[in-house]
Amino acid sequence: MAANAKQPVKKTDYQGKMHNLQKDMIGRYYDSLTAAAEGKGGKAVYMMISGNPVELIQAFDMIPVYPEVNALQLAVKKQALPLILAAEEMGYSTDNCAYVKADVGMYFAGRKTPFATIPEPDLILCNYVGCNVYLQWFEHLAEFSGRPIYNLDIPFNRTENGEPTEDDLRYVIKQLEEVIEVCERMTGKSLDYKKLQRIVELSGETGDLWSEIKKLTKCRPSPFDSYFDSVTMMAPLYCLRGTEDGLHFFREAYKEMKARADRHEGPLPEEKFRFVIEGPPPWPYLRQFRDMFSRWGAVAVASTYSTVGGIWEFGFRHDPARPIESIARHMLTYNLTNRNFLQRYQQIKDYVEQWNADALVIHSVKSCRLFSAGQGDMREYFTKELNVPTLLIESDLEDPRYFSEAQLRNRVDAFFESLEHRKMLVHK
Amino acid sequence: MATTQVDSTATLDSIFETCREIGQDMEFSAAKQWQQGAPGRKVFGCFQIYSPVELIHAAGALPIAVVGAGNQLEIAHADSRFQSFVCSIVKSTLELGLTSRLKFLEGMFFHSICDPARNLASVFVRNFPEMFIEYVHFPQNLASPLGKQYLENEYQRIVGNLETRLGRKITTDDLNASIALYNQIRGLLREIYEIRANRPHMIGAAETFLLTRAGTLMAPEEHLKMLQIVMDLLPKRPSRPKDRIRVVLEGSFCELPPVPLIETLEEAGCYILDDDFFRGWRWFTSDVPIQSNPLAALAESYCDRSYYSGVKHDSRETKSGHLIQMAKERKADAVIIQAAKFCEPALFDYALYRKALDDANIPHLLLEFEEKGWIFDRARSEVETFVESLMFD
Ligand code: SF4
Ligand code: SF4
Repeated sequence: MAANAKQPVKKTDYQGKMHNLQKDMIGRYYDSLTAAAEGKGGKAVYMMISGNPVELIQAFDMIPVYPEVNALQLAVKKQALPLILAAEEMGYSTDNCAYVKADVGMYFAGRKTPFATIPEPDLILCNYVGCNVYLQWFEHLAEFSGRPIYNLDIPFNRTENGEPTEDDLRYVIKQLEEVIEVCERMTGKSLDYKKLQRIVELSGETGDLWSEIKKLTKCRPSPFDSYFDSVTMMAPLYCLRGTEDGLHFFREAYKEMKARADRHEGPLPEEKFRFVIEGPPPWPYLRQFRDMFSRWGAVAVASTYSTVGGIWEFGFRHDPARPIESIARHMLTYNLTNRNFLQRYQQIKDYVEQWNADALVIHSVKSCRLFSAGQGDMREYFTKELNVPTLLIESDLEDPRYFSEAQLRNRVDAFFESLEHRKMLVHK
Repeated sequence: MATTQVDSTATLDSIFETCREIGQDMEFSAAKQWQQGAPGRKVFGCFQIYSPVELIHAAGALPIAVVGAGNQLEIAHADSRFQSFVCSIVKSTLELGLTSRLKFLEGMFFHSICDPARNLASVFVRNFPEMFIEYVHFPQNLASPLGKQYLENEYQRIVGNLETRLGRKITTDDLNASIALYNQIRGLLREIYEIRANRPHMIGAAETFLLTRAGTLMAPEEHLKMLQIVMDLLPKRPSRPKDRIRVVLEGSFCELPPVPLIETLEEAGCYILDDDFFRGWRWFTSDVPIQSNPLAALAESYCDRSYYSGVKHDSRETKSGHLIQMAKERKADAVIIQAAKFCEPALFDYALYRKALDDANIPHLLLEFEEKGWIFDRARSEVETFVESLMFD
């Protein structure tokens, strides 16, 4: 039986206080980028989202710029395709990560977007945390802009116990000290250690709240969707981590979510299925994608994507007593991208078990091979070894050409139909 | 079965033929032959690119390059693990494992070249739990001296793991002996490649490729003998220069191009003076120094004297500048970028190269290939057209 025959398509229109606050704050962040682009702000430091040392950058009052966030904003605002095409015109391949193409397209189109003018980089700080595309992306930006680049090399999580070696840690700390020197030279200021400690403390508290928020989705019903609503919280987590504003946002978000949990309120009229989702969302079609699950009463209770920029829910906190070491640890271990693929399997397994999920959905995106390469093996593991119903669907996170709505909907419908059937059998 | 025996009656053609057989042999007979030569011998596979072969050899084991299956194997299992948009070498390497062809290996080495290769290492760990899987993180901060120190420690970590696995000590002398042996091999290969660059009618790119590839599938001592014979025979080879354009080729540093494709490019009118297809063990541009701390020597060599490639990001120089310099040094008429299908790093670099080559007024051509291809008509006609456009310019 088709889904629409049995459940009225009730979209989630959940828009809490948190959403407005987020809009305000991110708006202010983008205004600061425009100001910098117009020569009225601090120095712009380009960085990647996953495991970054933004605390150091904040300590020097430099402005973090995240090409990934810019690219995804362009996709959300449906501005990405012409820029992607312009980059392909330059020689980028249809097989290259479309975040890069949208960003490069935007760079050569004068760095103007509907949300901000993006400043030229004063420093390209390539925090190489897992994804190899990062290296290439920033290498290209360095060639195009002629601006200085520092490759902050983070050894990948490759040991048997999943921990960095002592040498790894030392290597990263020493590089962070070099980055401090670079920032000192650029700004003409020396590092204010007390200020850094305060910033790291803010990050620690923010991580704490974020982690508490994520645990709330263990409740039934889950008070929010840990994929589609989490992305609202990810922007402040990434762009504003280490600021009073960022902390304020998470205090408000926690209050709001906790109250919803206490009232047994969820994002849908009825929570029928709980699933874990792996992979980044299709930004240009977020709404349509969400509705494919909502119409089945399916809520994401955990997502790996929301841990790209950091994993706090298993205990890590930035520590003001050891600010640089804790930044290093965050970059080395406590983010999704620097962990190996099997650690991701384990993370998902933990989510399925501890968050009581019925199924796993793998959204395999062509652009991002860091996420996707080998997800067929992941499916094999979850279906064959763990007996977790698993759906693997393909589209893209940035390029609208790879989103075929009807096909995806059919796959999602077929999956939840059989899941429903399975549930019924179990109940009988 | 391919045998590595090359004797005094060998001719260049027979040597290349032997190499071709060894390179296509996905049962790895040449390596197994070495393995069976004495009890307890271990063989380790190395996925692309900068494989630390000296460490493995110093442990008394044989490193071989396990780098896909060309067109010798149909992918029947691995394509359900890796999606359609992932390069072929990743799938065919996994397929080798899933079809039990890698059972004779003690382990596999992978390293941080790209996202699919990294995830492949994990997939190997899960699917072949009995294997020793080592993942080497090569530093990407080459501008700071920290990168070198880090790599020395990383090598030390791997040596420690090998010692534990194999139950033997790896001494400084062991390491230096292995470095010396591979230096010799690399030295000969460099000479042969140099002959090709200067007198490309003497030996072709497909032929040097065959020599390099076979060397990664057999005992290095045997390979060394083979190269010495080649060096003896090469000056006596009758040959005449042909009317061809001079090109350097870039972008095939990982997935192996089919040998007939390389031959096609040559027949279509190109002298390939320099290339990056499959550096094999020859990835240092000069000898690794023999010194009291061999791991430091290897680490320093990676940082300061290894070939650049799409997967090494050295912020001390621009990548496109490097390519243009090479083209100028070789007095090349043109550059061919030959990228493996779905190879993200190579395809990224093309965008960079294209702009720089245009700015420098160097003609260039982009070709995409797959290891499993076997009809090259399209490549032939594209190259022929390109060559004609240059010849009649
Ligand atoms: S490959 Fe994935 S992680 Fe890497 S830049 Fe692209 S989207 Fe980001
Ligand atoms: S061919 Fe390219 S994408 Fe594939 S493993 Fe090699 S470097 Fe990675």
